[in-house]
Amino acid sequence: MRAWMLTTEGDLMNRKKVMTALATAATLTLLMTSCANQAATPGATSAAAGGGLNLDIPVLTSIETPKDAVLPAGDGKATCESTTTLAYIGAETGANAQLGINIFNGIQLAINQHNEANPGCQVAFKKFDTEGDPTKATGPVTQATKEENIIGVVGLPFSGESKATGNIFEQQKLVHITPSATNPALVDNGWTTFFRGLGNDAVQGPAAAKFMTDQLGAKKVYLVQDDSDYGIGLGATTTAGLGDALAGSDKVTTGQKDFSATISKIINAKADAVFYSGYFAEGAPFNQQLVAKGFKGAFVGPDGVKDDQFIKQAGDASNNAFFTCPCIPGELIPTFADAYKALANAEPGTYSIEGYDAATVLLAGIDAGNQDRAKLLEWVNNYDAAGLSKHYKWDDKGELQAPAVYGYRVKDGKIVPIGPIGE
Amino acid sequence: MLSTVLTAVPADSDWINFDVNALAQNFWSATFDGLTFGAIYALVALGYTLVYGVLNLINFAHSEVFIMGCYGVFFTLSFLGFGPSAPNLSFGQILINIILALIAAILAAAATAFLVERLAYRPLRKRNAPRLVYLITAIGASFVIQYLIFLWRGPLPEPALTMFIPTPIFEVFGTIIDSQQIIIVVAAVIMMVIVDQFIRRSRTGRGIRAVAQDPDTATLMGVNKEKIIVTTFIIGGILAGAAALFYVMKIPSGVQYNGGFILGIKAFAAAVLGGIGNVRGALLGGLLLGLIGNYGQILLGSSQWTDVVAFVVLVLVLLIRPEGILGTSLGRSKA
Repeated sequence: MRAWMLTTEGDLMNRKKVMTALATAATLTLLMTSCANQAATPGATSAAAGGGLNLDIPVLTSIETPKDAVLPAGDGKATCESTTTLAYIGAETGANAQLGINIFNGIQLAINQHNEANPGCQVAFKKFDTEGDPTKATGPVTQATKEENIIGVVGLPFSGESKATGNIFEQQKLVHITPSATNPALVDNGWTTFFRGLGNDAVQGPAAAKFMTDQLGAKKVYLVQDDSDYGIGLGATTTAGLGDALAGSDKVTTGQKDFSATISKIINAKADAVFYSGYFAEGAPFNQQLVAKGFKGAFVGPDGVKDDQFIKQAGDASNNAFFTCPCIPGELIPTFADAYKALANAEPGTYSIEGYDAATVLLAGIDAGNQDRAKLLEWVNNYDAAGLSKHYKWDDKGELQAPAVYGYRVKDGKIVPIGPIGE
Repeated sequence: MLSTVLTAVPADSDWINFDVNALAQNFWSATFDGLTFGAIYALVALGYTLVYGVLNLINFAHSEVFIMGCYGVFFTLSFLGFGPSAPNLSFGQILINIILALIAAILAAAATAFLVERLAYRPLRKRNAPRLVYLITAIGASFVIQYLIFLWRGPLPEPALTMFIPTPIFEVFGTIIDSQQIIIVVAAVIMMVIVDQFIRRSRTGRGIRAVAQDPDTATLMGVNKEKIIVTTFIIGGILAGAAALFYVMKIPSGVQYNGGFILGIKAFAAAVLGGIGNVRGALLGGLLLGLIGNYGQILLGSSQWTDVVAFVVLVLVLLIRPEGILGTSLGRSKA
C-alpha cells in the first residue's frame, strides 16, 4: 500500500507543512484565475472571418393578409350541440412547453372569438399534455380519441410525437391538423386523418440553404444536426439544398451541453455560416460556446430554434442568429396580435397563428354542420379557403399546397421577421 | 425502440465511419478540451471515491451535490449582475465575483452533502441496514433532490452565465489554448494535490484512511468514525462545489435540474476507471475519460459517440484490470 491510498500505513503528519502547502496552492489558484481574467477581450484569432457575409438584412414591418380570410367568428348563426369539443394535444409542460403555449393560446383565441359570435354554438376546448415527448404522447392521444365528444384536434406540435401517435388517430378516424410538425416523412404513413398546417422540411431545408448562400452570401456552411426525427430530416433536406456550399457536418445529441469538439471542427473548416438542425435547448448553448470561441460568422437555425428562450440562454451571442420558419409572423397582423395579447398577455409566438388558423378550419366545419368525426374529416379533406396566415388546401396526403417559409433574425434582443425566403 | 434505432440509420449509409483524418486535424484541440473536461470529472470523481473508501457506498446523490453547487454559482453570479453576455468589469471585480461564487458553490454543495449524509445514510447506519439498502437510498436521494430542484426551478436550463471571455494564452501545434482551459486544469490539479496531501499527511486524513481500512479497529484506536464520515462527505462536497464553478465557467448554460446526472455517471466511471477508493486514480481516470470521449467522438464522426466510446473503453479496461488502472486501495475489501 502506498501512502496516498486510503490506508492506515502511516507517515507522521506535519501539520505546519500541510498548512503552508495549502496556503501556497490557494494563492496560486487565485493568481491563475486573475491572470486569465486580465485580458477580458474577445478572443478572435483562429475563427473564420465571416466578413464577406451580408448580415444586415432589413427587418420586415408589415405583411399582407388574405382579404377573404375565413375568421373563427363566422356568420354568427351557427348552431351545435353544447357537447361539441375540439382538443389540443401537445406540450403544456416540459422543456418545449413554450411552443405548446404559443399554439394553444392561438386555438383558445379562435374558440373564444367563435363562441362570442355564435351564441347557438358553444364549442368546448380540451387540452392534453404530451410534454412534447414521443414516449409520453400515446397515453394522452389514446385518452382523447376515446372521448366521443372530441371531433377535431389541433396537434401534435412535434414530429417525433406525431410519428408515434398518427396510427391512433387513424384507427379512431379523428381528424388532426398539426400546426408545427415539419418532418416530411410524416405524410408517407398512409394516414387519412393527418393534415399539416404549414410547409414541411422538404420546403424549409432548401429554403434555408438558399437563404444562407444567396441572401447571407455564405460560401462555406457547416451543418450540425441533433438526433431527433426533426433534426435528422431537416438536416438531410438542407444538406441536399446546400450542395457544394456544405463545408462539413456533425451530429450532436439531445441534452448535450458541451460542443467543443464540434466547434473545433467548424473553426478548422473555416466555415462562415453554421446551420443547426435541431431545437433551441441545444442550439442556444451551442451558439453561445461557438461565439465564445471566436466564431464571427452567422448562426442559422430552423423553427425549432426560433424561440425567445434562445436569446435568453445565449445572451449577446444570439446577435449573429438567423432563423428559418415555415411560420407566418402573426405579430405583424395587427387584429390578430392585439386580440392575442389581450388573451395571453404576451406577443404572439412561433406557431400561434398556425394554431389559430388550424382551429378556424375546424370551427368553420362545425359551423357548416359537420358535427361528427366522419363529417369533419370530410370537411378538412375538401377545404379550400384562405386563413389569416395563408391559403389552406391540402393534397391527398395531407400536405399543404402553397406553403411559405419566412426568415427571422435577432435584433435588439428580439426575434423579428425579415420576410419570405427561398423563393 | 428497435424500430426507431433502425429508422434512424439510413439503409444506404455506413453508420460507423472512422475518420482518422479529422482526428489528426483536431487532435490537439480535442486533447485540450478533453483535459479540461477530465479535470472537472476528476474533481467530482473524488467525491465518489472518498465516500466509497470510507463507507463502501456508491453515493449516487453526489451528482446532485454537484448540481447544487452549480445553483450556488448561478444564484451568486446572477445576484451580482452577471448574465449571458460577457460582463463589462475590470479583472479585479470579476475575480472577486468569481471567488464569491466559488464560496457559495462550496457552501451549497458541502451543505447538500452534509444533509444527504445526515438524513439519508446516518439513520441507516444506526440501524445496521444491509448494503443494498444504502444503494437504493442513494438512488432515491438523487431523485428526490433532482425533482425538488425541478419543482422549484422548472424544466428549462437557467440562462447562461458568462464569467469572462476566454482569451488565447499560447498556441501549441496550431491550436489555441485559452485562459479558461488553463484555469480549469491547473486549479483542479492543484486542488487534487491538496486533497491527496491532506489525506496523506493530516490527522483527519489519517483518520479517513483508518476508517477505510477497518472501521471497528479505527474506533478502538480512538478515531471518531461518525466525525470522519461527515468530514469525508464534506470534503467531497467542497470538491464538487469547485467542480461546479469550473463547469459553469465552461458550460454557461449547464445549470439545469438534471444537469448533474450524466456528469455524475461519468465521474463515477472515472473513479472506477482509475481504481475506486484511490485518490490519484480519480485524477487519472477523470483525465483519461475526458480524453477518450473527445478522441472517440472525432474519430467516429460525431459527438453522439462520446459516451459510447468512453464506456466501451471503461468496460475494456475493467476486463483487463478489474480493480481499475491504479488499483483500489480499500483496506477492507476482503471483508
